[in-house]
Amino acid sequence: MNVPKLVKMANQIAAFFEGEPEPAAVLEGIASHLCRFWDPRMRRELLAAVDAGTADGLRPSVHDSLRAHRVRVAPRNGDKQLTEPDIPMAATGH
Amino acid sequence: MYSVKEPDSGTPLRVHPDSVRLEIDGVSVEVPKGTSVMRAAVEAGVRVPKLCATDSLEAFGSCRLCVVQIDGRRGFPASCTTLVEPGMKVHTQSPAIAKLRRNTMELYISDHPLDCLTCPANGNCELQEMAGVVGLREVRYGYEGDNHLKAEKDESNPYFTFDPTKCIVCSRCVRACEEVQGTFALTVEGRGFGSKIAAGAGNFLSSECVSCGACVQACPTATLMEKSVIDAGQPDHSVVTTCAYCGVGCSFRAEMQGNEVVRMVPNKDGHANHGHSCVKGRFAWGYASHPDRLKLPMIRAKITDPWRSVSWEEAFAYAAGEIKRIQATYGRGSVGGITSSRCTNEETFLVQKLVRAAFGNNNVDTCARVCHSPTGYGLKTTLGESAGTQQFDSVMKADCIVVIGANPPEAHPVFASQMKRRLRQGARLIIIDPRATALVRSAHVEADYHLPLRPGTNVALINAIAHVVVTEGLAREDYIHQRCDVAEYEKWKAFVSLDRNSPEATEAVTGVPAADVRGAARLYGSAGNGAIYYGLGVTEHSQGSTMVMGIANLAMATGNIGRDGVGVNPLRGQNNVQGACDMGSFPHELPGYRHVSDGAVRGLFEGVWGVTLDPEPGLRIPNMFDAAHDGSFRALYVQGEDIVQSDPDTQHVTAAMEAMECVIVQDLFLNETAKYAHVFFPGSSFLEKDGTFTNAERRISRVRKVMPPLTGLADWEITVRFAQALGYSMHYDHPSQIMAEIASLTPTFTGVSYDKIDQLGSVQWPCNDAAPNGTPVMHIDRFIRGKGRFVVTEYVPTEERTSRRFPLLLTTGRILSQYNVGAQTRRTANVTWHDEDVLELHPHDAEQRGIQAGDRVRVESRQGDTTLHVEITERMQPGVVYTTFHHPESGANVVTTENSDWATNCPEYKVTAVQVSLAEAPSTWQRRFGEIEAVQAALVPAPGAK
Ligand code: SF4
Ligand code: SF4
Ligand code: SF4
Ligand code: FES
Repeated sequence: MNVPKLVKMANQIAAFFEGEPEPAAVLEGIASHLCRFWDPRMRRELLAAVDAGTADGLRPSVHDSLRAHRVRVAPRNGDKQLTEPDIPMAATGH
Repeated sequence: MYSVKEPDSGTPLRVHPDSVRLEIDGVSVEVPKGTSVMRAAVEAGVRVPKLCATDSLEAFGSCRLCVVQIDGRRGFPASCTTLVEPGMKVHTQSPAIAKLRRNTMELYISDHPLDCLTCPANGNCELQEMAGVVGLREVRYGYEGDNHLKAEKDESNPYFTFDPTKCIVCSRCVRACEEVQGTFALTVEGRGFGSKIAAGAGNFLSSECVSCGACVQACPTATLMEKSVIDAGQPDHSVVTTCAYCGVGCSFRAEMQGNEVVRMVPNKDGHANHGHSCVKGRFAWGYASHPDRLKLPMIRAKITDPWRSVSWEEAFAYAAGEIKRIQATYGRGSVGGITSSRCTNEETFLVQKLVRAAFGNNNVDTCARVCHSPTGYGLKTTLGESAGTQQFDSVMKADCIVVIGANPPEAHPVFASQMKRRLRQGARLIIIDPRATALVRSAHVEADYHLPLRPGTNVALINAIAHVVVTEGLAREDYIHQRCDVAEYEKWKAFVSLDRNSPEATEAVTGVPAADVRGAARLYGSAGNGAIYYGLGVTEHSQGSTMVMGIANLAMATGNIGRDGVGVNPLRGQNNVQGACDMGSFPHELPGYRHVSDGAVRGLFEGVWGVTLDPEPGLRIPNMFDAAHDGSFRALYVQGEDIVQSDPDTQHVTAAMEAMECVIVQDLFLNETAKYAHVFFPGSSFLEKDGTFTNAERRISRVRKVMPPLTGLADWEITVRFAQALGYSMHYDHPSQIMAEIASLTPTFTGVSYDKIDQLGSVQWPCNDAAPNGTPVMHIDRFIRGKGRFVVTEYVPTEERTSRRFPLLLTTGRILSQYNVGAQTRRTANVTWHDEDVLELHPHDAEQRGIQAGDRVRVESRQGDTTLHVEITERMQPGVVYTTFHHPESGANVVTTENSDWATNCPEYKVTAVQVSLAEAPSTWQRRFGEIEAVQAALVPAPGAK
């Protein structure tokens, strides 16, 4: 995914939650929004860009939020969705 | 008139706590106070002859056919205009009455052509019927005298004719245009014998008429008559169904001859429309049998290959094979689907089920992404449910109506008519819109305040309104303390009270004079019932979700949620936007707005669907495009949605489409998206299938099959067969079984079934044990989320800014006669009113650039450029230009940017910085569009070819 675009989207999310007076609530708001609405590959690539130092222009609140809530934001099962072609499927549905 | 006759009680229903008992022809009846004698007679089983009265209109008393005698009263009063009184004794028949009626009838007939046998209304004409009822046997006045028998027909309207020779000047049409539609296009010119009906100065087409059909519906003769009936003759049966155009969800009777539609007439019993319609639903159904529709599925390996028509089996096998191949190569998450807000609930439910269960991921989204996804987020966060709070009828109890970023007369016409009725009764009106929309000033309606804000400054303005409410003591502290989270309220209150949120401080940003903001805030804040209606001018912004929450905050603060006459009401664009969202079309939510990460909810679905579901949210539409660009997303199944035309930044979208290996399009027509497709499943129109639509007021109505699917398969059957080809079996014999599954899995739908809808006519969800007959008004005693939640809504300016290079702001919208991407309406005579998208420009901006009306201009943004013809109008404010996006070659979305709502990625269609300059010729993009169009057209097999 295009990293500058991910950064822009994350910054927009941060701009909203920064309206919260409580600093912890700002970090929580950002992280939980990313978990609830971002597909794992988007979260993974944002984290990778942050780790690689290539997330230019990312607001400090996003950095802080990712640091504080890293485990939650990192996709569950790592890259499972992308690397495992098998479709879990029963023989019949309804 | 309904061809398949419906009872007409002559005058409108009255609702009154007191009732009146009287006697009619010896039969005792009790009716609500205020009822006419004519209507009371119907209750007593007596039909009084009538011509100028019909129960959709207030009585007028001009024809004198309905005369009766009343004990103790002199003369022969008209029963339509005489109100019941206690103890009244009415006689509807006597020799004297009969003579009077026959004389009246004789006069009418003496100036009426006697061509009943060849008249299109033959067998369905009230004049003819009444002549029979009153026993007219001779006409003593000769036809040689003065008459109107040579008057010329007006055939200017593409859908109906006006034949003045048949007019009896009952004025039902005039009154329908005023009372029902609210347009006031017709008048009775002249007096006495010389009087005639006139549409403005010229003909119907050149008049103010918006072709809603109300006058045609009201006309008792063949004077106003649908051309389709003139062509085909009277229908033989009718089926009640629901309009497939906008989110009003009007109920219609499809009047049929065998499997052919003869006309669509609005259903008097329709709960959303009460017998009214607009030009789209009423007349623009011809697309369903347009020759452009394809009957056979098609496939091709590359988008540059010719299409090959194949059997359904081959198409399903090919599509399923491609999906499996792509998933095997690039991973489970490399494919996804898009459901349609134009398809039924059942079809939408099946597409998201297919994606989640057969594709094995949550990469499913819907076109609501680009319109009302912020409504879902905003209302869920604040109130607890992703839906509007009221039923449409609630507007009739509103004292102050606020319309924000919506243009109901163009986009939700039937609701606009109802709203205007309330406004004519005296409700106050506030319009918040960059443009002076038709509601700001129209026939007998004038807004108290029009706040013409700069595009992109909604949140600053709503904060300013809230500032006035809070600092001037208009907040309903009692209501708030009882029903809302008080700590959150205090936080919000402190925020909006800040000086920087005052109207005076925000004026520089919004451009709206502070005094007007204060005035409007006081009006809304102190109205008994304040009701907010909003549209895409709220949602399609980088702060769309914030604005929705700002609106909810304001409504809670003023106690305007939880009863009739108030509320927060999103006006949904397409017919089934609400339904598509309800049905789990979003990548993060299962049906009923439950997050995919909720293990208990997933467990429920897993049990019934027999699969393990992915707990992670999937890609939203714009994310799909981005993922396609980087190669991690390769296949897409799109049902009934033209993403290439409707999504912003066209060139980014088409590049994404070109990067995909398998695009499966299911649609009525080869739309813009299909030019990039590898598989085409020909879809079915709303006339060809059973199902349900859910309108903007959460009302679930039936769509009924009136003819077999042209292609052999209804859309829901296509999805079922596609799933089977993928190895995931779904078994349904009828869409009612799909609804049963939805009901079994969705708490707000547990009481919904086809039987229930048939029995009630329609039902508004939540419909469950707590509300077995549905829920017209939500949040009555408490908010769905428990305590209403105020959210701090800081104004964050969009990154899309004007500059010296791009000094104007472009905003986009819709027009009455066209619908969305226009795939349907462009294939009807509605193009008579709108055959191209134009750019609206303020005279000042035009003059500065040397632009004259009708010139071709280049509209250029940072994203791209296109050309359009210009209309110069004071509707616009200087610095703001406007266009519609109904025609693909206009390329409005070549210009719009990728900016989007922070919470939902809903595109910011409403704000694009542009420059406008004179242009000689179409833009490069438009030329390329024309080339692609020609190339793709050549790749389609000729009709009938194998
Ligand atoms: S056009 Fe029809 S409705 Fe209108 S006045 Fe004539 S007869 Fe009556
Ligand atoms: S079609 Fe509608 S708008 Fe036009 S004249 Fe008739 S009632 Fe009025
Ligand atoms: S208002 Fe909407 S639902 Fe009603 S007829 Fe018009 S397009 Fe159809
Ligand atoms: S129907 Fe009563 S006066 Fe015409």
